[in-house]
Amino acid sequence: MSRIILEIKDFSMVFGGLRAVDHVNIHINDGEIVALIGPNGAGKTTLFNCVTGVYKPSEGDIAVSNPESKVIRTNGMKPNNITELGLARTFQNIRLFSSMTALENVMIGRHPKLQAGIFGAIFRDKSTRTEEKQVVEDSLVILKKLGLKQYANEPASSLSYGAQRRLEIARAMATEPQLLLLDEPAAGMNPQETKELDDTITRIRDKEGITILLIEHDMSLVMSLSERIYVLDYGKLIAEGSPDEVKANPAVIKAYLGE
Amino acid sequence: MKYFLQLVLAGLTKGSIYALIALGYTMVYGIIKLINFAHGEIYMIGAFTALIIGGVLQITTGLPPVTILFISLAAAIFFSAGYGVTMENIAYKPLRKAPRLTALISAIGMSLVLQNYVLLAQTSDFLPFRSMIPNFSFLIPGKSLVTTTQLVIMITTVVVMIFLTILIKFTRMGKAMRATSQDKVMAQLVGIDINKVITFTFAIGSATAAIGGVLIANHMGQINFYIGFLAGIKAFVAAVLGGIGSIPGAVLGSFVLGMAESFGAGYISSAYEDAFAFVILIIILIIKPSGLMGRNEIEKV
Amino acid sequence: MNKVLKEIRTSALSALWMMILTFPIIVIKVNTINMTVNWRWINLMWVGTGTFILSWLWRYLLDRKENGSGLKKTDTKESRRFSLHKSLNDKKMRIPVLSTLAVLVLVLPLLVNFYQVSIMTSALIFVILGLGLNIVIGYGGLLHLGYAAFYAMGAYSYGLMYLYWGIPFWVALPLGAVSGAVFGLLIGFPVLRLRGDYLAIVTLAFGEIARLVLENLSGFTKGPEGIAQIPRPGFITKLSLQGATIYLFYICIALVLFTIFVMRRIEDSRIGRALEAMSEDDIAAQSMGIDLTKAKLTTFALGAIWAGMAGVLLAAKTTYINPGSFTLMESVMILVAVVLGGTGSIPGVILGAFLVTLIPEYFRALSDYRMLMFGVALVVMSIFRPQGIIPRVRKHYIVGEDQS
Repeated sequence: MSRIILEIKDFSMVFGGLRAVDHVNIHINDGEIVALIGPNGAGKTTLFNCVTGVYKPSEGDIAVSNPESKVIRTNGMKPNNITELGLARTFQNIRLFSSMTALENVMIGRHPKLQAGIFGAIFRDKSTRTEEKQVVEDSLVILKKLGLKQYANEPASSLSYGAQRRLEIARAMATEPQLLLLDEPAAGMNPQETKELDDTITRIRDKEGITILLIEHDMSLVMSLSERIYVLDYGKLIAEGSPDEVKANPAVIKAYLGE
Repeated sequence: MKYFLQLVLAGLTKGSIYALIALGYTMVYGIIKLINFAHGEIYMIGAFTALIIGGVLQITTGLPPVTILFISLAAAIFFSAGYGVTMENIAYKPLRKAPRLTALISAIGMSLVLQNYVLLAQTSDFLPFRSMIPNFSFLIPGKSLVTTTQLVIMITTVVVMIFLTILIKFTRMGKAMRATSQDKVMAQLVGIDINKVITFTFAIGSATAAIGGVLIANHMGQINFYIGFLAGIKAFVAAVLGGIGSIPGAVLGSFVLGMAESFGAGYISSAYEDAFAFVILIIILIIKPSGLMGRNEIEKV
Repeated sequence: MNKVLKEIRTSALSALWMMILTFPIIVIKVNTINMTVNWRWINLMWVGTGTFILSWLWRYLLDRKENGSGLKKTDTKESRRFSLHKSLNDKKMRIPVLSTLAVLVLVLPLLVNFYQVSIMTSALIFVILGLGLNIVIGYGGLLHLGYAAFYAMGAYSYGLMYLYWGIPFWVALPLGAVSGAVFGLLIGFPVLRLRGDYLAIVTLAFGEIARLVLENLSGFTKGPEGIAQIPRPGFITKLSLQGATIYLFYICIALVLFTIFVMRRIEDSRIGRALEAMSEDDIAAQSMGIDLTKAKLTTFALGAIWAGMAGVLLAAKTTYINPGSFTLMESVMILVAVVLGGTGSIPGVILGAFLVTLIPEYFRALSDYRMLMFGVALVVMSIFRPQGIIPRVRKHYIVGEDQS
């Protein structure tokens, strides 16, 4: 039994009177690729936002374990602290820093791994200079992994849609996560790009050992990529299991097809 | 006890004036999410217009004061609404899609422009304003407690509130305003002319501010080009206190602020009277940024 | 032809509308004491013709702005037109241009009279203020409307420390910077949760409270009458008025250079990148592990340091300070300098600060219209050139092919 990286217990999120997520239990094991699916408005992104600290969960527990298997409850922690525990995410509606180049976007992702403070900035001592050189090199390596190296000097806003999605992944990977949360990474991609994304995600898991949790509507991608699937509908977890189990589950079929 | 009642009445009077100004702030914010920094100047221009028109009529005609009061009030409403709409057209309309801070800077610029326009065209000195509100004899017994002007201010405010509530709840334009403030794109899709709604909102907000300007001028007896700034900021505080975007909130916030200032000045320190509003603003924004009656807005991520 | 007629009609209607609108305030002046009315009809003509021409120009510019949006991309790249800026970026030109500038600046006090030196010193103080506010607005993306309070902190630090303990200028200068930074942190803490326009208004509130406190704590701060006879800096011995003024001019030059140096270093660092990310998208920045609390506090403290220093310089220059120097209008003027020159752009802000301080000095006839013009400038800049006169040219990390 491998280590559980993320455990969500009896978790709910309430907006005003609306229960966007309702008593959900989810766990992610180290090294898995897990998908979270469900119709629009099922509460998937809300769940992501709570896990990454953008929203504060209304009820329940969210806990993250670090590589030393120490379990840390993250409810109410700030997003940047959760990132430092090794969770990194992408956004459904791409949120790149559009005036920065692709390289600079990834450099922002390196931020928590760097040391230089205000005095380093002003005096630019030896360690700061080395660090600054290193961050450019490291960022280039990450861009290369995502096939974005040729765009390093391009402003993020000028990249194609598919490249922007990949850049979001690159930026998240720069924080050296143990768990990568991808919010609809294939949205707006053509079949060819989706195919490449499939390979990229698998490679990230296999080569870098990064666990993946993704929200996705492209069922063929979900089915080929993920090892386990959770299905949310109206905030409730209606099914979980292997792709085949989920595909055969009557509740899932009902949720997707209506009656 | 009498002192206490006096403070209550002074607070209610102040609150009424703040409410008349705060309405414009809150309606504009509700619709285009802009802090119309120059809104206080519209109130000042209302007071100046009333002073000028009223003065001319007083000097050149023999009309009774009450008639002059109504004519100058009408003029103030017309001209302030005109300034409000024109200001929106020039300084804000081209910035509908710009970042909010850019629009705010434009509004600060507009505030400077209007202040200095009045300063240069009229004067930097305080101008005496002869109250045109007659003293009703039936009030004489309580005269030491409440003046006719104070009473008129409070009654007018209530009337304006009722009028506005009807306007927004039951008229076509009111419905269009509510729709626009909730979702501009959807409103446009169902055939609402957004520009018309925004123009109308500025006109109504400016008109109520003008009423406030005329009333305060009658109450204080003097005005200058700078009165709009502090009143505007305080009305903004009132709007935020009540929950910006909410009309009943603006009224509630105004009365709370008026009372707080009145009691603060009466029992704590009159030197810091102007600071109370700012302290309240800071506290409310830190503790409950959505205000007393505002909705909690969650940013969609 | 038809189009021209239409334009004439629109302009004429705008002119008519403005004439009606401005009529009571522009034309009539009543004196309720002498019971006289002064009709200034000539003003109406000015408004009419002015609006007719300006509305035409306005529509033309708006039209150009909307239809020219496709050109924007190239515009930002070619925005290095400003020749001085360009020559500074050109490595070959850099040394000659800089050394000419340096010589000019160094001999300036010997060429012009003492009054001019004093004006230039005020302008330089304003440059430091502008660059400081630029950290908050330009880098951090936080609109700050109470910056004069930080300025006041610096000025009063020197004023009060001298008054009570006789602390000299050179000790007060760093202490002023420190007290500015402390005050910046104090204001920074409560406003951490606020964003955008709410933040702007709360900083305005803090600025006004600070001024009201200075005015009312008469026992400690001498209230509205202020603190007088603050000494100018001495050089070994006490200097003559003239000598001290020139000496202060050189001090300001040195501090401006120091400020520019620090700004450039910050811009091009991990902290600078974090601020940049925060101002662009705070949620994404936070998700990338940037601590917004730290970033915002750093922004406020870094911004306040320069205001604190500028305050000490002001106190030393005028030898007299009172709360009236630190009103909201002062904060707005600093904001005008930044926005006019170019938010985030160091040469832009320097130019903006010079314009804001020197125009009213050298065009005395215009000084009545000063605030009106600045107001117009804010509106016009927001609409037509939000990036300012000299837009910011962000330095990008460019990697070459050879680095693979």
